[in-house]
Amino acid sequence: MIVRILSEGQYELDDEAVAELNTLDDELTRSIDAGDDGAFRAALSSLLAKVREAGKPLPVDSLQPSDFVLPDPDAHVDDVREMLGDEGLVPG
Amino acid sequence: MSLMKRMALIFRSKANKAIDRMEDPRETLDYSYQRQLELLQNVRRGVADVATSRKRIELQITQLTQQGDKLEGQGRQALAAGREDLAREALTRRSGLQQQISDLQTQHANLQAEEERLTLASQRLQAKVDAFRTRKETLKATYTAAEAQTKINEAFSGVSEEMSDVGLAIQRAEDKTAQMQARAGAIDELIASGALEDPSGLGKDDITAELERMSSQSEVDLQLAKMKQELGAAEPRKELEGEGK
Repeated sequence: MIVRILSEGQYELDDEAVAELNTLDDELTRSIDAGDDGAFRAALSSLLAKVREAGKPLPVDSLQPSDFVLPDPDAHVDDVREMLGDEGLVPG
Repeated sequence: MSLMKRMALIFRSKANKAIDRMEDPRETLDYSYQRQLELLQNVRRGVADVATSRKRIELQITQLTQQGDKLEGQGRQALAAGREDLAREALTRRSGLQQQISDLQTQHANLQAEEERLTLASQRLQAKVDAFRTRKETLKATYTAAEAQTKINEAFSGVSEEMSDVGLAIQRAEDKTAQMQARAGAIDELIASGALEDPSGLGKDDITAELERMSSQSEVDLQLAKMKQELGAAEPRKELEGEGK
């Protein structure tokens, strides 16, 4: 599975690692639904740390699309809510 | 649905919409390549814009620091002349400047991080654009409608995702620079209005004026005393001429 961290790049992870990510992802989703930036920040940084630790960076010239996309490390919970609510926010 | 998946789908749907608009997949390749080159230009311009803003902040930090040093000197001068009130005023203003300077230093660090991030984004995009160009030529040369579509879609989705990512990074850098520009403009106005400093050196702030008034006052007193002395004892003191200043 390929995971992109926005503004950082793509990582390749095996299915086992992805299963672990799912638990953290649930927490992240809950914090977004609650609009709780503190919880969001904590969940996001553990999730990103896990991806960086378990994943192998894809070469920069790889053209593979990602199976999962994660917000950038500085993202605020409101930015992500906006991105999810309004697809127009993503340019291109 | 999971957040990671939802976000991936948002990015994917962008790519799919673009692909659907094209009748011949080979057109998609050329069109996309053009867009990639434009985006590369944009991200490079973004890096340059952020660098310009960063330099402007550096200049302001220097100006404000100089102004702070000047106020400190004036405070010392005022205190030496026995004007504690004036010294206090100078130091109060100086501490106001310190606050501005430390805010600017924070912004400077933010912009520097943004600049590095954009530089990396531009390098990543460059690598993908180069890879895409090679892939596109191969695909066009061996094109058969039946099998090409999926390969084209894959290459296109990969690069399109990168483009969306870089596009977001540019947007964010633009937002940050715009906020910063507004503040920097306000500080420039403050500097220009003489509230902080008059860079022309022609107009004078009130502390400088007061110190100069005091110093010219004591100059006048000194001159007066000297004249009185000369008038009162012109004859016997003649041998001392040249010693006084």
